[in-house]
Amino acid sequence: MEYDITATGIRGLNEKLHAEPADSSQNWNVVNPNGAHAIAVGLNAPLNVSINGSTGYYCAGMNKLASVKVHGSVGPGAAENMMSGSLTVDGDASQYAGASGHGGLLNIKGNASSRCGISMKGINIVVHGNIGHMSAFMAQSGNLVVLGDAGDALGDSLYEARLFVRGEVKSLGADCIEKPMREEHIAFLAELLNEAGADATPDQFKRYGSARELYHFNIDNASAY
Amino acid sequence: MCGIIGLFLKDQSLQPRLGKLLAEMLVTMTDRGPDSAGVAVYSSDEIDTIKVTLQSLNPEADFAELQQKLGAEMGCTVDVQIVDTHAIVRLPGSRAGDITDALAQVCPSLRVMSTGKSVEIFKEVGLPAEVIERFSIDKLSGSHGIGHTRMATESAVTTLGAHPFSTGYDQCLVHNGSLSNHNLKRRELIREGLTFETDNDTEVAAAYLTHKLNQGNSLGEALEASIDDLDGFYTFLVGTQNGFGVLRDPIACKPAVLAETDQYVAFGSEYRALVNLPDIQSAKVWEPEPATVYFWEH
Repeated sequence: MEYDITATGIRGLNEKLHAEPADSSQNWNVVNPNGAHAIAVGLNAPLNVSINGSTGYYCAGMNKLASVKVHGSVGPGAAENMMSGSLTVDGDASQYAGASGHGGLLNIKGNASSRCGISMKGINIVVHGNIGHMSAFMAQSGNLVVLGDAGDALGDSLYEARLFVRGEVKSLGADCIEKPMREEHIAFLAELLNEAGADATPDQFKRYGSARELYHFNIDNASAY
Repeated sequence: MCGIIGLFLKDQSLQPRLGKLLAEMLVTMTDRGPDSAGVAVYSSDEIDTIKVTLQSLNPEADFAELQQKLGAEMGCTVDVQIVDTHAIVRLPGSRAGDITDALAQVCPSLRVMSTGKSVEIFKEVGLPAEVIERFSIDKLSGSHGIGHTRMATESAVTTLGAHPFSTGYDQCLVHNGSLSNHNLKRRELIREGLTFETDNDTEVAAAYLTHKLNQGNSLGEALEASIDDLDGFYTFLVGTQNGFGVLRDPIACKPAVLAETDQYVAFGSEYRALVNLPDIQSAKVWEPEPATVYFWEH
C-alpha cells in the first residue's frame, strides 16, 4: 500500500494503519513525509511501514509490534514509549529518541542527540553514531548501545538499564559507573549488535551501570543529587 | 514554544526569492506560535544610505507628512516608504547619528524597529500569513533574513513584544525559549545606560548583546559570553549586516535544525520549515550542538 502524506494528510495515514487487522503484516510505503509530526504512531499490528524521507516529532511513538523504517532522519521523541516492534532510522535522531520505551528495538544508523533513552523502561536502543548529553537519564531497564561517543552526564541517576559504549564518554552522570563486561554481557551484546546489523564486536565496548547509591535519599549523598 | 527560521544565501541568483522562501518557512511554523510574527530582511542596494524602520500605532496620521517634516528638521533629503504600519526612512549615511533627535522633534510616538545599512524589520500581532501579506514580505529580495512566530510566555502580546528585536546597528535577534534571569540582567543593563521598551526577556538578550558589542567584543565573543550570563532556555538566531549566527543553551531543549548546500545555509525550529527550499534533499542537515556558536558571513 502506498500513502502520500503531503497529498492526503497525516491523520488519514494513521487512521488507515490503525484500521489494519491485529494480525496484519501488510507493507505500507509512505512518501513525502516532509517532516510531519506523529507519523505511524500507536500502531498495534505487525505491519511493515517504510517512510521515505525525514519526519518530525514522535515518529512511531507508542509502537507495538510494527516494524517501521525511516529512510531519512527523525525529529524529537522518535519511538517514544515504544512497547515492542522496531523503528530503524537511516539518518540521525533528534532529542529524546526512545524516551520511556518499554520494549522493542530502536536502531539509529546515524547520530542521536541529547537525552537519548531518557527514562527507558525495557527498550533496546542501538545508535551506530554518537549520542548527546544526558542520555539514559533515570533509565530504568533495557539496553543502550552506542558505537560512537557519548556526551556529558551519561546515565545520570541511572536505575537498572545497561549502557554499552564503544567510543569516548565525555562524562558520567551522578551514580553512573563503569562496570566489568562479564560473559553474559558479551553474549547478549553480540546478539543485539547482530540484530541491529552493527559493524562492531562486543569486546570493543565498555559497560556502564548504576552504582545504586542514590536509590533512596541518604543525607550523606546530598551533594551527588 | 515559538518558531524561528533563517536563510543565508550564498548564491546571489536566489536573492530575488529571499522573501518568498522566508515567507514559506515562517508559515510552516505557524502552529509553534500564532500570537505575532516578524521578519528581518537584509538588502544593501544603496551606497551611503542608511535605513530606519519605524512603526506607528496611527500610521495614517503619523506618516502623512513625515517625509517633508523629517527633511525639514534634518536639512537633507529623506525618503519615506510607507508599508502598512511601518515606514522605511532612507537618509544619507553621514546623518545616521541625527535621526533619533529629529524623530523626537517631529513625531516622538514613532517606534524605531531597526537602524542600519541593510536591515529592515517588519513585525506585528497576528498569524505569520497575515503579517507576511500586510508587509508583502514574499516580494522582498535580499541576501539573508531571519523570522519568528511567537507563542508569548514572558510578556504581553504586542507589536513591540514580537520578534525580531533589534540589537544595534544592522543587528537583530530572534529567540525560542525563555530566560529566567532577565529581570536581574535588565536592571544591570539599565545601570549601564541601556533602555528598554518592554518587559520581554528577549529584549534583554538583545540589549545584552548590544552592550557586549559596544564594549568592543565581536558578535562571536558576545554570544560566547551569553552562555555564562544568560540563564534559561534559548535557541538564538542573530542577524548582522553580513551574516547570521546560531546559539543554543547548554541544555538545548529548544529544537533547532540547520541545513547547508552550495546555495544557502538555512535554519528552522523544525525540519519541516526547510522542506520547500531548493534542492533540500541533497543538503547537509544537522542539529546544532549545545553551547556552540555557529556563524556564517558573506
